[in-house]
Amino acid sequence: MNKEKKVTIRRQKLRNNHIRGKLLFFLALAVLLLMIAAFAERLCPYDPYAQNLLEAQQPPGISHPLGTDRYGRDMLSRVIIGSTASIYAALLLVAIITVAGTAVGMVCGWFGGKVDALLMRISDIFLAFPGLVFALAVAGVLGGGVQNAMIALGVISWPKFARLARSLTLAQKESDYLMAARLAGSSTPKLLIRHILPNIAGPILVTSVLDIGTMIMELAGLSFLGLGVKPPMAEWGSMISDGRVMLQTAPWMVLAPGGAIFIAVMIFNLLGDAIRDYMDPKQRNREQCE
Amino acid sequence: MTEILLEAEHLKKIFLSGKTSLTAVDDVSFSLREGECLGIVGESGSGKSTIARLLTRLLEPTEGKIRLLGEDITHMSGKKLRSVYQKMQMVFQMPAESFDPRRTLGNGIGESLRNMGISRKETGKKVEELLVLCGLTPEYAGRYPHEISGGECQRAAIARALAVDPLLLICDEATSALDVTVQKQILELLTELKEKKKLSFVFICHDLALVQRFCDRVLVMHQGKVEETGTPDEIINHPKREYTKILIDSVL
Repeated sequence: MNKEKKVTIRRQKLRNNHIRGKLLFFLALAVLLLMIAAFAERLCPYDPYAQNLLEAQQPPGISHPLGTDRYGRDMLSRVIIGSTASIYAALLLVAIITVAGTAVGMVCGWFGGKVDALLMRISDIFLAFPGLVFALAVAGVLGGGVQNAMIALGVISWPKFARLARSLTLAQKESDYLMAARLAGSSTPKLLIRHILPNIAGPILVTSVLDIGTMIMELAGLSFLGLGVKPPMAEWGSMISDGRVMLQTAPWMVLAPGGAIFIAVMIFNLLGDAIRDYMDPKQRNREQCE
Repeated sequence: MTEILLEAEHLKKIFLSGKTSLTAVDDVSFSLREGECLGIVGESGSGKSTIARLLTRLLEPTEGKIRLLGEDITHMSGKKLRSVYQKMQMVFQMPAESFDPRRTLGNGIGESLRNMGISRKETGKKVEELLVLCGLTPEYAGRYPHEISGGECQRAAIARALAVDPLLLICDEATSALDVTVQKQILELLTELKEKKKLSFVFICHDLALVQRFCDRVLVMHQGKVEETGTPDEIINHPKREYTKILIDSVL
């Protein structure tokens, strides 16, 4: 009996350690990725923009680990320098839509009524729009470029967070602890920021981390179509687009940036999953009970 | 003659959901003198908790008036309403759920003090005093609601309600979620506080025995209406209405 108990406790501890370990592992990978993106210029073995036609289209080898493109530019350097545009644009975009969407959602959930109806119908309109079509339309009106691609994606994506925050706020609104906080004389902004926000932050954080991967892909997609980053500048999506025509003869030109996108998206998605596992309230309680 | 503290006049609350409507509280009037303890009894769904929420203005009454110390608080809002909460506090039915799960008990107890503009240091000191007053140790200030038992949590909830030195405490089934021994302890604590702080109570409960021990006057509710009022002994020994008899018989 006692032995049995010990075994289950040990198993629980192992499980908790496993969850925390997973979180730390992916967090470390994500930080590594961000560091690479931050210090990209110093990490490049070659100048990513220097053309050297003598070494054009070299397959991966010792001097160029990921090969060269058709202008003889080092692919590794271009993948590294491209991470800055891809990752930071996605991060900034996710940060903005998370904050904006959450704020709108909380206001809708809390106040309800006409404000809620109006803002939610607006968000319905954007949810009904196919993202890429809208981005094409924005590019058509405002022109191409990273900034406009981000505007297009941002306008399309905030309703997801607004909906999430709204439903979470509604679930918290009638809870006893909020009534108690009202009786303690807390004003509405205080209730929203000090009580509701911390209690709904978990699922929102998970969603926004999972969204980083999606945004990296969508930004790369827009750049692939030529709506994002302008040509000489290195960006994963536009690099795939450049290498596309040579896919038969020089597949590394597509595989290198494609692999980079794959790895970056994977890391952020798995990080999101790890955060979700870690934040699971049941898990938390069990950990604190020990 | 002591002053009238709380007065409810023809309170009515109708809940609308789609096409159907439900009259939870129907034309309820009563008054409460200073230092008095009014018990409200009735079966589940008789509108007891709704009354508590109407009195504390957590719900808007459909009709009727609420007066606190002669002042009409029925339509107050914002800052004025918040100052009303310094005279009137409430203890909830589910102790653990009445605290923010992500904040410590000390934080919850001191919230009203912080909102009144009292410094962090002084609030901390007051919170510790309150915890001791309610039979807990100062260490509880740093704990989270899910780390402590229901009885301890209800003591903390009472401490929170007393933080602003209210005149009136509304207990909405404050002992119902606790087991009998803890129930007794909480009731003893409330009795002690009643004498020490000269508190008035609206004590909502479905347990007639508890009400008999604690209250000066009882209001029997049935389907949102007041069936009868009187002292606990009158009601229990000589019930006038049929429903009251049924209620008393069902206690064994």
